[in-house]
Amino acid sequence: MSPHGNPDAPASSATEINREAPNASPKVEAAPEAGPAVDHHDRSTWGLWEVFVRSSRGLSHVHAGSLHAPDAAMALRNARDLYTRRNEGVSIWVVPADAIAASDPDSKGSFFESPQGKDYRHATYYTKSEGVKHL
Amino acid sequence: MAAQNLQSVPAELTPEEDAAGQAHFDRIIAEDSRIEPRDWMPAAYRKTLLRQVSQHAHSEIIGMQPEANWISRAPSLKRKAILMAKVQDEAGHGLYLYSAAETLGQSRDKMMDDLIAGKARYSSIFNYPALTWADMGAIGWLVDGAAICNQVPLCRASYGPYGRAMVRICKEESFHQRQGFEILLELSNGTPEQKQMAQDAVNRWYAPALMMFGPPDDDSPNSKQSMAWNIKRFSNDELRSRFVGMMVEQVRVLGLTLPDDQIRFNEDTRKWEHGPLDWDEFHEVLAGRGPCNAQRLERRRAAHDDGAWVREAAAAYADKQRAKQSAKQQKEYAA
Amino acid sequence: MSTPEATETTGHGDISTGVAGGDSNASATRITPGNALRPEDIALEVKTGLVKPTEDIAEYALRLGDDALILAQRLGHWISRAPELEEDIALGNIALDQLGHARSFLTYAGAAWDKSEDDLAYFRREHEFRSVQLFEQPNGDFAATIARQFVVSYYQYELYRRLTESTDATLAAIAAKAVKEVDYHRDHSAQWILRLAGGTEESRTRMIHGLRLMWPYVNELFQDDDLTQRLAQAGAAVAPSSLREDFDRLIADVLNEAELEVPDVPAAPGGGRYGKHSEYLGYILAEMQVLAREHPGASW
Repeated sequence: MSPHGNPDAPASSATEINREAPNASPKVEAAPEAGPAVDHHDRSTWGLWEVFVRSSRGLSHVHAGSLHAPDAAMALRNARDLYTRRNEGVSIWVVPADAIAASDPDSKGSFFESPQGKDYRHATYYTKSEGVKHL
Repeated sequence: MAAQNLQSVPAELTPEEDAAGQAHFDRIIAEDSRIEPRDWMPAAYRKTLLRQVSQHAHSEIIGMQPEANWISRAPSLKRKAILMAKVQDEAGHGLYLYSAAETLGQSRDKMMDDLIAGKARYSSIFNYPALTWADMGAIGWLVDGAAICNQVPLCRASYGPYGRAMVRICKEESFHQRQGFEILLELSNGTPEQKQMAQDAVNRWYAPALMMFGPPDDDSPNSKQSMAWNIKRFSNDELRSRFVGMMVEQVRVLGLTLPDDQIRFNEDTRKWEHGPLDWDEFHEVLAGRGPCNAQRLERRRAAHDDGAWVREAAAAYADKQRAKQSAKQQKEYAA
Repeated sequence: MSTPEATETTGHGDISTGVAGGDSNASATRITPGNALRPEDIALEVKTGLVKPTEDIAEYALRLGDDALILAQRLGHWISRAPELEEDIALGNIALDQLGHARSFLTYAGAAWDKSEDDLAYFRREHEFRSVQLFEQPNGDFAATIARQFVVSYYQYELYRRLTESTDATLAAIAAKAVKEVDYHRDHSAQWILRLAGGTEESRTRMIHGLRLMWPYVNELFQDDDLTQRLAQAGAAVAPSSLREDFDRLIADVLNEAELEVPDVPAAPGGGRYGKHSEYLGYILAEMQVLAREHPGASW
């Protein structure tokens, strides 16, 4: 049990915190337009994290925004403080921004073209069965 | 760089690629759809947005100060809690907006440096002093009121991350204006001294609040382009006029008056009109010669500098933990 | 999309993205006030005569309320001055939690003397405050604030955890709300203790110094007196001395992980529970009370 854990606590909001979250930081890289950074920035800059919040049980986590934190443990806590001040969530994910791979917007045409026109993947394509019960 | 995956970074493109990008961009704007970070965008669009979003973020952060100064003196515990929550929201709103600006390829550090160095602008209204408790009311009612008026249309700004930040901000800010209104209402219904305090605050904040919408349309060179890009939805004067209309109604409920005897509804234009504003003062304050410019920047600089060792410590700790983790993993691998 | 006319219909207009499908992140921004005991609920119970504390209970609630109030006043100063914007918000949340506890305790205490939370907060003099001296210690640098938070949160957690079983239903209810919040404060302070102690040489030096600054005032937290003994025997309150063992053990766990030691400093004599304060409280009250006292009887 971690020392700042909660050995014999009553039901507690803080049990939502993942106390085992790794304390490692994503590598911080200067943003491209940041120019030559002053030295102390390299040492004091916290990485960018993307925050996903589950608003209630049964729903998916949804991207809520981003924030800066030195490591995952603090990112979770900062996310709790920043993105759930008004009961917006019951669960939080944080992901280092640079760990997310995104599809290329320039290839939008080809990447997302295939499903267009394949109506037979949708129930509405099948009209002859309309009116038949339980189908 | 992997981080670019979620960010917008201007790339070296061939003229053909640029032309295709421009066509795509124009089509999205024409459809009133949204530009997302990794889409091609004109350099001027990126620059305009970055300026606007970062200025907006700076305004939230600097805007914390005049109100934070009153947290310790709030005259009731309920008001103290409300004010604390409000100023805290402003820090949150600054964060949402810095995040949106970061998707345009600018680091928060750089933006913060520019702010502290006096190179960045923020809403000039926060360079006025909050002198009495009634200013908490006037700031909430007039300043936040004007801000919300500005921000609601921005929820539909063409740049996705900006619009999304504004949605969250507008939802949260709905309480800010109301709490300001209630402070003033309570004062107005209080002792003669309290009522005087409320009227004095409204007198001082009215004109600066009106100037928050920016210079008159005929003196606002960038507005036209911003509207063409669907960043701005309504002109400065249009929003200002709408705001005056709302305030005229609300000030009656407050039992106070607006310090402007030229407010009238123009039946021909169907718009509210107001008396002349001192745009020379506006430009003076914007240029750094306002009552509190130096004080506000110094406070931000001090917080940033005093916190450097804390940020360094947390980053250093994270590095050490990462090193420990990878050493442990290597050992396990070897074994 | 929406025309100006359309957005004018409801005050400032509709907050929507204007994108087909509506608010795309609606589920992540759905906000609710939640459902928990609020100071206003206690005030209502007091007003309707549902609850009225005994003199002893009121005196005890006053102590806990003053502790939380003075801490909230201190922490509130960080908002707009924290080391990073994210921390402005974290400290703000903690200050708001403490202020909430203070309001609940003071509202309840005031019921015995027909006084409101504000009467008690704004119109008592320095020697009438019952907070112990740790809470009024200056914020200092971030490490000093974290040191104070560390001691306070581990103390309050042990206290409120036990107070949830108080025979006094109102004290138990306030504690049940507070213990969950204070648990998070423990986590916040422990996380920072680890980082500041294990970060840079400078942060470690500052952390050690911060703990040394706060430690003289630890003892006072655990001193029993006639009041707490009477109430503890009746099962209404918790004897402060009974918290010490768990406090010491849990504190030591964190300090060990951070490779820190319990500071070896002499304890201050304390006396806050009887109105003997350090030099700091006068300034805190002067600032906190100035406006309310300029307008006695006014409503805000």
